[in-house]
Amino acid sequence: MSVTANSSVNGVEGEERHDFTKAESKQIRARSLRLLGSLLLPVRGKVVLAMLLVLVSTAAQVAGPALIAFGIDRGLPALLQQDWMPLATTGGIYLVAGVLGALLIAWYTVLSARVSQAVLIDLRKRVFLHTQKLSLEFHESYTSGRIISRQTSDLDAIRELLDSGINQLVQGVLYMSFTAIALVLFDGTSGLVLFGALLPLVILTRWFQMRSQRLFRQSRVASASLIVRFVETMTGIRAVKAFRTEKHNESVFGKLVENYRQVNARVIQLFGVFDPGLVLIGNVTVAAVLLVGGFRVADGQLAIGALLATLLYTRRFFDPMEEMAMFYNSYQSAAAALEKISGVLEERPGVPDPVAPVDLWEARGRVCFDNVQFAYQADREILPHFDLDIPAGQTIALVGSTGAGKSTLAKLMSRFYDPTDGRVRLDDVDLRDLHPKDLRRAIVMVTQEAYLFSGSVAENIALGKPDASAHEIRAAAAAVGAHEFIDSLPNGYDTDVNKRGGRVSAGQRQLISFARAFLANPAVLILDEATSSLDIPSERLVQEALQTLLADRTAVIIAHRLSTVAIADRVLVMEHGRIVEDGTPNELISGTGRFATMHAAWRDSLV
Amino acid sequence: MTTNTPPAPPPPTNDAAARNNTFRSLQRLYPYAKPALPRIYLGMVAALLAGFVALAIPQVLAWLVDGPLRTAGNGDSASQIWPAVWVVLGLGVLEAIMIALRRWFVLIPGTHIEARMRNHLYARLQDLPVSFHDRWPSGQLLSRAVSDLNLIRRWVSFGLVLLVVNFLTIVAGVAILLWMNWLLGVIFVVCSIPIWIYGYVFEEKYSVIARRSQDQAGDLATAVEESVHGIRVLKAFGRGSFALKNFASQAESLRGTEIEKARAIAGIWLWLLLVPDVAFALCLMVGVWLTSQGDLSGGELLAFFATATVLRFPVESIGFLLSMTFDARTATDRFFDILDTPNEITDPADPATLAAPLGRLAFNNVHFRYPDSPERFPDLLNGIDLVLEPGETMALVGLTGSGKSTLTALTTRLYDVTAGAVTLDGVDVRALSREELRSHLAMAFEDATLFSASVRDNVLLGRAEFAGSSPAADAVLAQALQIAQAGFVNDLPLGVDTLVGEEGMSLSGGQRQRLALARAVAARPSVLILDDPLSALDVNTESLVENALREVLVDTTALIVAHRPSTVMLADRVALLEDGRITAVGTHSELLRTSPHYTFVISSLEDEERRESNRAEEAL
Repeated sequence: MSVTANSSVNGVEGEERHDFTKAESKQIRARSLRLLGSLLLPVRGKVVLAMLLVLVSTAAQVAGPALIAFGIDRGLPALLQQDWMPLATTGGIYLVAGVLGALLIAWYTVLSARVSQAVLIDLRKRVFLHTQKLSLEFHESYTSGRIISRQTSDLDAIRELLDSGINQLVQGVLYMSFTAIALVLFDGTSGLVLFGALLPLVILTRWFQMRSQRLFRQSRVASASLIVRFVETMTGIRAVKAFRTEKHNESVFGKLVENYRQVNARVIQLFGVFDPGLVLIGNVTVAAVLLVGGFRVADGQLAIGALLATLLYTRRFFDPMEEMAMFYNSYQSAAAALEKISGVLEERPGVPDPVAPVDLWEARGRVCFDNVQFAYQADREILPHFDLDIPAGQTIALVGSTGAGKSTLAKLMSRFYDPTDGRVRLDDVDLRDLHPKDLRRAIVMVTQEAYLFSGSVAENIALGKPDASAHEIRAAAAAVGAHEFIDSLPNGYDTDVNKRGGRVSAGQRQLISFARAFLANPAVLILDEATSSLDIPSERLVQEALQTLLADRTAVIIAHRLSTVAIADRVLVMEHGRIVEDGTPNELISGTGRFATMHAAWRDSLV
Repeated sequence: MTTNTPPAPPPPTNDAAARNNTFRSLQRLYPYAKPALPRIYLGMVAALLAGFVALAIPQVLAWLVDGPLRTAGNGDSASQIWPAVWVVLGLGVLEAIMIALRRWFVLIPGTHIEARMRNHLYARLQDLPVSFHDRWPSGQLLSRAVSDLNLIRRWVSFGLVLLVVNFLTIVAGVAILLWMNWLLGVIFVVCSIPIWIYGYVFEEKYSVIARRSQDQAGDLATAVEESVHGIRVLKAFGRGSFALKNFASQAESLRGTEIEKARAIAGIWLWLLLVPDVAFALCLMVGVWLTSQGDLSGGELLAFFATATVLRFPVESIGFLLSMTFDARTATDRFFDILDTPNEITDPADPATLAAPLGRLAFNNVHFRYPDSPERFPDLLNGIDLVLEPGETMALVGLTGSGKSTLTALTTRLYDVTAGAVTLDGVDVRALSREELRSHLAMAFEDATLFSASVRDNVLLGRAEFAGSSPAADAVLAQALQIAQAGFVNDLPLGVDTLVGEEGMSLSGGQRQRLALARAVAARPSVLILDDPLSALDVNTESLVENALREVLVDTTALIVAHRPSTVMLADRVALLEDGRITAVGTHSELLRTSPHYTFVISSLEDEERRESNRAEEAL
């Protein structure tokens, strides 16, 4: 996303910027918090229970030093009088508190894992489903690398926060406040000393926050560019090898690694000041408490056990600080991640689902373009206003040179995009009013890029109809002439197609995606260069299959090879976004227009 | 869709094996950590000193309580408090300094270890053959390169140091406790026995779960990647929610594993918290009783609890340090899964060189089969004999799946032959270094891959000497773009400097294919390998490209995989690949006459039409 002068921070806009204004920061933070709130809402019961558990267990833990002091100051004198009771009671309470605290913490650990996993899975599903809903236009401009890193490394950052960060924060805050309260209750004077230490503590923490915030953002950017480079190399490994760019890549990647390392090192250096700083403040406070307490013990105003307790409390007060700093670490990355994720979730699908969908149970397949216009941006008109009526059952060959707008027309027809003006209707219903389920059942588009998902060949074909039986899958494959090659694969239909269909050739992939469409059995079928990689015998088989398949349905076939014309009822020739010729194949071939020239040239190329 | 799991070593099944493995696995980090070891040792020393300083403070307290404060009320006892406070303050400052030193010594070298490993992994992955990448989903590779290495860095610079130091601190602290009072010390030691037992059980349980969780996270990343790359298919069929179901079930299994992991952690936490508290309670009762008997002074009792409190954090930390260690061990295993994969395609020990190859490419009885191909199938390439004379253009024709692309991949050793040999000017391609071999041969693939870089860098990818703009580079670039009919690049926002690929402008299939072709041409190789290079082009553009290509092909040996007669026309001769062998070689019209299979593969005319056109040809 490029940054323009009057940029906003709506959705994913301004994602790469660091110079937010106050209002913008506020907007982003509000959006992140809303998301967080909506994630926590369903698990609020568990959250409350977890808080309760940690409250009680921390209280039990914090009781320790006070009990030791009680044991020394009360138990010892009593014991000298042969009275065991005070000591035994204190020891017993200590034991119970210790066991209770430990059990509750263990319970809390499991419970909080449940909470964080519930939140995570909710968020994962939401982002996944939302990105599936976002328009193709969004995907193309936002790039797949970013969408992937939103769903992987950003979600990881949030996972880390939930996994350990929250525990640390809750326990840390409670521990510190309980310890402080215990100290004040126990000995007000020592409490005052501790409060004196809060000022340098706050100053140090503020300093750390200010410095680290920017570094954490930088670190996320550095790791993202690392990931993009890495994924790209691995996906394009054949080209990397064939053109010997390994050395060059290593130096580029090495620089990215070094950059990431340096950002990390700076973060770590910051901790290198912060963490010993905390220890220093803590130890100085202990010395101060000792000074104040020592004199009062000397004056007989304070018992020895009480002095011990104040010292223990003071030291323990600072124990969680380092963990809290760690929490701040994960909080920063998670907050940055949440900002970006909430941005993606805020993006409204460019092709929204209808509010009140019109029912279309069984489409007949008439498609009309009424005064349709399409432009990516206001100044880049791809298709000027046009009308087109495709009666149900008609097979159309859409021809024209690269960039004439054929694919755009196909994408409007399958509602990958919505027209900028006018409307596209299926059986008199505006595509925008159709429920996505009805729309996708009625209209299916097969593109040149035949993507295979990891899994078996059968599973890939079944994508066209998830509840298809093995028999139906075989029948579909046989119909498009894919059965033979599938059958000869190591495990037949159960063969794993591997990463990106590495071992399946481009032509075979196209056959599989054809079988998919065949199985889906839509009323309207759009083929956008879907046969470009097929060899001629396969293409012939596909043509034959199409002749049967298309007999009673609407079809638009885009193909550079004009062999498709043989099965078309009507030919549309496009040029610069306009339909310049429209007629039956025979009319056009015998005419003197562009198609006649194209067709003659094509005939010459055949043997 | 189920995700295929890469071949991974089986998780440790018995306890002894697990124990050995953890140590042995982590030991393998040694070469990476070696340069940093002196600093790591210094860091440990600093941390240990910090721990000892912390243990010394209670001794000062004991002295204070038993000395000056015992005679409370005495005027000069107050004056003796000051020195004690100064010592405590001094020790406190020293502890902070030691902690700062520990961080300073250890943490920066840790980032170097991580960077070294990451670069090494990347280099290794680039070196491993294509067959490896066919097997491994990139999500699994990515999770290793990013999160696993992060984990290892944190363990080396934090976990390892604290584990060693905290262990020594505990030993020293317990020794002090025993020295102060043997009975109280023994209570402490006996109470800690359950921790050791549970720690033993914990390791076995935890390392299995940790491995599973990391693998499942890798699978989930793969599922995400596919849902994004396959978005057009999912949209076209309206299968977004179907994909979600698959994704969700994978996410659910990960959740299950994570909760199991939390249970294991909760188990060890329970003991780590319980033990000190039980020990404290017992020690309190016994300690006070001992004091009442006069066996222990008040100061000593106080020092005992102060010391035990100092030990609390190291004891509690053992839990997360252990789980961190096992996570690091799993991460290390996963890292070495890749590093240990043998590379079957390597440079020869003593590579031959070809100064100026003529470009005679020969296949001598070449056999090839994919390693996972079942026994019952014959070799995919089953004895290929074919010679391309210098300067000759050969079209390779055959049915989809007959092995044409595989055959082309053998020439640059993307795969290696399983028997026979491919030779360039009589030299086995395996006798050349891969670097040199691939400088003589350039390929354009049926999947046109562009990288996130400018058009210029993408096209000049095979010409490392032309980094940056220079008149010579511009000339090569312009010529290559002209041959590939890629004039459209001039209409891009920044012309040839426009960023394309994943991070840049998205181009159509035909545009990408033309840039990939330009790239192969710009490499000026002795042999050009083109795998169906024009499939996405329209008829007009195709014929323009063909005319331009002819000039290049005059003096370049070329092997062109062809599906269309128009592409075949570029070639001097055609080789027909059928059932793993070259069954016919000849000119296009020869083969049309003599080979029914060739006619079947290449001709789209109906039989009748073909007879007609043959008759017409004969009449001429």
